[in-house]
Amino acid sequence: MQKITRETLIEKASGLISNGTVTSVLGWKRGEFDYDITPAIFETVEEITKDFVWNDFCGANFSKYLISKTSKSEGKILVFLKPCDTYSFNQLLTEHRFDREKVYAVGIPCEGMADITKIKATVNDGIVKIDADGENLLVTTLYDDDAKVIKTSDVLAERCVNCKSKKHVAFDELLGETGEVIDSDRFDEVAKIEAMTPDERFAFWQNELSKCIRCNACRDVCPACTCEKCVFDNPQSPVENKAPTNEFEEKMFHIIRAFHVAGRCTDCGECSRVCPQNIPLHLLNRKFIKDINELYGDYQAGAEEGSRAPLVDYTLDDIEPSDAVNRRDTDA
Amino acid sequence: MLKITADKFPQMFGAINESMSLYLPVDRSDGKAEFKKWQEGDVWSDALNTERSAKDFFFPQSENLMKFKMEGKSIEVIDIRDENEDFVIFGARGCDVRSFDILDRVFLADPVDSFYKNRREHATVVSVACSRPAETCFCSSFGIDCTNPAGDVTLWREADAIYMEANTEKGDALLEKLSAFSEECDTKAVDAQKEKTAKILSKLPLKDLGTDAFGSGKTKEFFDSPLWSALSESCLGCGTCTFVCPTCQCYDIKEFNTGSEVIRYRCWDSCMYSDFTRMAHGNNRNSQVERFRQRFMHKLVYYPENNDGIFSCVGCGRCLSKCPISMNIVKVMKALGGNENA
Repeated sequence: MQKITRETLIEKASGLISNGTVTSVLGWKRGEFDYDITPAIFETVEEITKDFVWNDFCGANFSKYLISKTSKSEGKILVFLKPCDTYSFNQLLTEHRFDREKVYAVGIPCEGMADITKIKATVNDGIVKIDADGENLLVTTLYDDDAKVIKTSDVLAERCVNCKSKKHVAFDELLGETGEVIDSDRFDEVAKIEAMTPDERFAFWQNELSKCIRCNACRDVCPACTCEKCVFDNPQSPVENKAPTNEFEEKMFHIIRAFHVAGRCTDCGECSRVCPQNIPLHLLNRKFIKDINELYGDYQAGAEEGSRAPLVDYTLDDIEPSDAVNRRDTDA
Repeated sequence: MLKITADKFPQMFGAINESMSLYLPVDRSDGKAEFKKWQEGDVWSDALNTERSAKDFFFPQSENLMKFKMEGKSIEVIDIRDENEDFVIFGARGCDVRSFDILDRVFLADPVDSFYKNRREHATVVSVACSRPAETCFCSSFGIDCTNPAGDVTLWREADAIYMEANTEKGDALLEKLSAFSEECDTKAVDAQKEKTAKILSKLPLKDLGTDAFGSGKTKEFFDSPLWSALSESCLGCGTCTFVCPTCQCYDIKEFNTGSEVIRYRCWDSCMYSDFTRMAHGNNRNSQVERFRQRFMHKLVYYPENNDGIFSCVGCGRCLSKCPISMNIVKVMKALGGNENA
């Protein structure tokens, strides 16, 4: 259950609209069910009161929307940012991708977001109601007389189980308290894949990536993927493609994308959240983050606005490429 | 009506697979179901539906159409079509089976798509009735009875047995092959299942979703609606909805130069993409709101206008559970259709 309430957020949003600080609010809009929440722009107190929601299913990271929203609107936009969202926010600022002057950022604490796929794997189909009750979720289905009690911690999204930080690294105002950077176990899964033999690793990724349907959702949601025209959409480029013509192409798309966001990916986990085929895409990005940490020292993209990522910075004691290659050979 | 007990399933699948390739929903390593070519040991999934729709059988995501070879100044056009082998789609749900009718009206209308027709003619479809619909199901809005789905054979599944009835000659032929495993039975078990499912259907949250507001002749009413802007506000422009949709049928035709020859292939396209139907002068839908509108107008207005009022949606609910921002046809229908759809 989230510590901060929907009412607190509605009061804040309504207040800032009413006093003219902002002209619109980027928030979460109620869906058909308790879990299908849509990012939306609210412009009036009435809209906010009626449809604004805040619950355990507000996973969407709003930072990337600020690119299009600030370029279109004249007025200021209020955006609510969870701790992990603030890293994307900073990273986009570092890359000069949106107009900071047009944004009023309110940091909100987050207790982790539930993963509806995990819930659906736990209970019967036909979820008609999900209520948060302290540490639990009460899930009502079409097939059970009583609501089923699930511990929220058992159905948290993977990125929240391995939350890297409860700290807000960017905001104009905080609602509630900010937390600390967490010494998480997020690289454990990567280490497991590193420990595989090359053949096992190839089989692992082949199994995962062969599920890809090239819908581009991972790219389109990614706050680090902000090219005006993606190379994979550009008919002038030799790699433009809409569908995997063979298995190698899927790997190429995902691996090129991972390289492209290396050093800029904040590990927000949106790629894996949106994948309709449940491919653990974040593991590719985490591998790069882990390697960068090990080769150049700990670096967290987005932690500090304007920071220079190791891959685009040069220092005298940078690792020599040959040493990096030798390390790989020793590991394998 | 024929009955086959659950202990005979492996033999039954084996018997079908002897003469025709058999495809059935099997759980992947992540627990989600996909259609898979049956192999000894594969277990029929309990999942309500497959992650990808069954349209892939007739309209695969990408397929080669022809090849070209240049020698000197002559171009050889190589027809690479082969006669398809007979195959069985086993365990498709009523929604997906209806989607085949919707695709037929596009691909089998003049000019007939020979690639599609080839597959379609060689398929035997065994549908399975739903007994545990999900909250995202709304097939009844499109007149589909999920307790009595179409197909060459209709099948009802219980824990201990399946009950089958043939609807076509192809269906008869298939059931003939299973005579060694099956026994004649009455309709009691099936009637009981239908009755039980009907009770669940009456409780589905989307059961009252109406379609009356949409259909032929509604272009003017909806095209300039101010609501499109807010509905598409946070659309990412990805192709998830179109690719998991059993009725989305748009494709692109492209060429690939292998160095020694040119392969012309087609692949699914998505009206959500920025280069969809891009022409020499540029794109006729420059904004995401126009692209978003196209998808829903096509399903709810343009398609019915050209196809006797039939909507191009089957209510399978895949877009409801797969859209990254949870925007979908139900929300669009409720917003545009006003109170009569709420």
